[in-house]
Amino acid sequence: MSIASYLFAAVFYAATAVFVAGLGGKIVQYARTSAPLKIPTTPAPTTRAGVGLRMAREVVLFESLFKANLWIWLFGWLFHAALVLVLLRHLRYFLEPVWSWVLWVQPFGILAALAMVAGLAGLWARRFLVERIRYISAPSDHLMLALLLLIAASGLTMKFVVHTDIVAVKTFFLGLLHFELQPLPADPALYVHLGLVCALLFVFPFSKLLHAPGLFFSPTRNQVDNPRQARHLAPWAARLEAER
Amino acid sequence: MATAATVQAPPLRRIPIIPVLQAEAMAASRPYVANATVQESIGFPGKLVDDWHGVALAKMAELLGKYRSLPVFLDACVHCGACTDKCHYFLGTRDPLNMPVARQELMRSVYRRHFTLAGKLFPWLVGARDLTRETLDQWYTYYNQCSECRRCSVFCPYGIDTAEITMAGREILDAVGLGQKYSNEIIGKVHRIGNNLGLPGPALRNTLEGLEEDVKEDTGVEVRYPLDQKGAEVLLVTPSADFFAEPHVDSLIGYGKVFHAAGIAWTLSSYASEAGNFGMFIGNYEQLRKIALRIREAALELGVKRIVVGECGHAWRVAYSFWNTLVGIGAGGKDPFAVQLQSQLDGRFRQPMHICELTWDLIERGALKFDKEANDRHVVTFHDSCNVARASGMGDQFGGQFEIPRNIIRAVANHFVEMSPETTRERTFCCGGGGGLLSDELLDLRVKGALPRMEALQQVVDSHGVNFMATICAICKAQFTKVLPYYGFKMSMVGGVHQLVSAAIRLK
Repeated sequence: MSIASYLFAAVFYAATAVFVAGLGGKIVQYARTSAPLKIPTTPAPTTRAGVGLRMAREVVLFESLFKANLWIWLFGWLFHAALVLVLLRHLRYFLEPVWSWVLWVQPFGILAALAMVAGLAGLWARRFLVERIRYISAPSDHLMLALLLLIAASGLTMKFVVHTDIVAVKTFFLGLLHFELQPLPADPALYVHLGLVCALLFVFPFSKLLHAPGLFFSPTRNQVDNPRQARHLAPWAARLEAER
Repeated sequence: MATAATVQAPPLRRIPIIPVLQAEAMAASRPYVANATVQESIGFPGKLVDDWHGVALAKMAELLGKYRSLPVFLDACVHCGACTDKCHYFLGTRDPLNMPVARQELMRSVYRRHFTLAGKLFPWLVGARDLTRETLDQWYTYYNQCSECRRCSVFCPYGIDTAEITMAGREILDAVGLGQKYSNEIIGKVHRIGNNLGLPGPALRNTLEGLEEDVKEDTGVEVRYPLDQKGAEVLLVTPSADFFAEPHVDSLIGYGKVFHAAGIAWTLSSYASEAGNFGMFIGNYEQLRKIALRIREAALELGVKRIVVGECGHAWRVAYSFWNTLVGIGAGGKDPFAVQLQSQLDGRFRQPMHICELTWDLIERGALKFDKEANDRHVVTFHDSCNVARASGMGDQFGGQFEIPRNIIRAVANHFVEMSPETTRERTFCCGGGGGLLSDELLDLRVKGALPRMEALQQVVDSHGVNFMATICAICKAQFTKVLPYYGFKMSMVGGVHQLVSAAIRLK
């Protein structure tokens, strides 16, 4: 087995560990920090179920972004929806036997990869073309788009230009899952693809990708608008009453 | 600092608008810094502390642990740009640091540098900056150019609310001794005297007696404006501007007529003669709570069954969204502190209740009669006040805060016209003077911040001959009275919803 195979196995374990621990840590931090005041952006749902629906619309349809700007919504939604399909398509590398609906997703995954590139390109173009967005873009914003685009491009390269031995790739990943190391095909496109995916996993908990868990903890979106019906009191605020 | 003479309204623009940036356009706009007396009277350092760097970061760490909104909002922003053209101060000034994301970034950059791994290792990559004296000054400048109106939070895909960042910014500035004079002085007055204007009890009594005489003269009916009446059914808490400012007082007269016509015994309180709560503007929970406690104490002392709030935007946010949390005015409390008050209040009514909810309930029951022709000289439009629209509710229906005031207007006036839907309801534009910025030295900012509302108003003036803009906020009323003339409108064009009620209500 090649040194590269060992190296990739090690990096994948490390990246996954950092991703899980880092993201888990953030989620615990958000969950433990109180939201002492009722601050839903109103009009807001008055029941838990209503909040669930509002959150679902935000997660699935990007409702607020739709109200804000149709171009950003179009490119952003296209990218995220495509990413979901692409990730579902990739499940086949981690499952044996492959579930039937994952097989069914396969052709859509290919289309989605192209849509993903289009969405990312649109988002990146806005960072250059729109003065306001150019003003607020940091180097990391450009790098993040470059990273995602390169991941998509290297993946598409393996599909359409230089094929890689995907059966061997699957054996490698099933091996990782069962802690039995297997060789990884020595293809440059594959190395680029997997290397960048690991980079993405590494940076996730330390970057703006935290918008994913953040949305679920956003008090303006996840609070029930019932302040007159129920008393909402943070533990640290309750202590003020004891001190009186 | 702009003086009144140099302040000029920007020309109205054609809608839709793609704003062009003008860097540092408002870099010189800052409110006066509070002096030592003002600061120390409410427990803040009198001047910039020596170790401002350490104190500021310690305060930031404390807030990050106390308010979940802060770490979530500082982490989640992806710089998508959805909010960039939503702030009225940005639209009016074109200063890029008035784009909500850029305003947040002033704090986010420091957060990244001092509290995140990426910012500690690669500051240049993620736009992280050290907390320097210049940064602190920039905070003072631009966290005092946000009216905490939450319009950006409507459009953010993660619900990031710049008001939360601004409040945290002001809280940190207060902690290092850089307080804002206007807000902090007012907070001191509430504690000392009971209201934002510093109107003492005897003066208040005088004013109310004067009102009774005026109304008697006007209508021939003895409408009462009672003060400190024990055993009254309703305690009315209203912004102190209602006691003497124009056009505010006309709405106060209207509340009294509604109570009179409905036969409800009510009272004002000299101890809690202020609905406004500037503790919210400076983001300080203890101040917010301490000011709200006065209302709890007055309610217990007077033994009232209901608490009703007058026309005031941020006061209604504090009352509706925060009072139950802060001082137990509401329902559903199981702890002794909340139960003490909640068992006294009449659970059949919403507690607290907005005066518009009260009036509309009475109208729906047929308890009030109107001569709508009395308002025929007005073609009315309604300006939704930000804190009512995006930070509170009314009634039991979704969006009741939009419908109830409109329903009242339609019940008391024949001519009602809506402004552009891009500028009303949850998308309403701030008047430009909210959030503790209603101060003379900020007039230039206030005039420019009013631009988007003035553009929408001009449209309905041109198309429908609108000549009256009703609103239910004391700050909106004061702000518009001041800035309308800069745009060529009459200052008397703005007024309260209960001003219209007052003109049309039939008294027995």
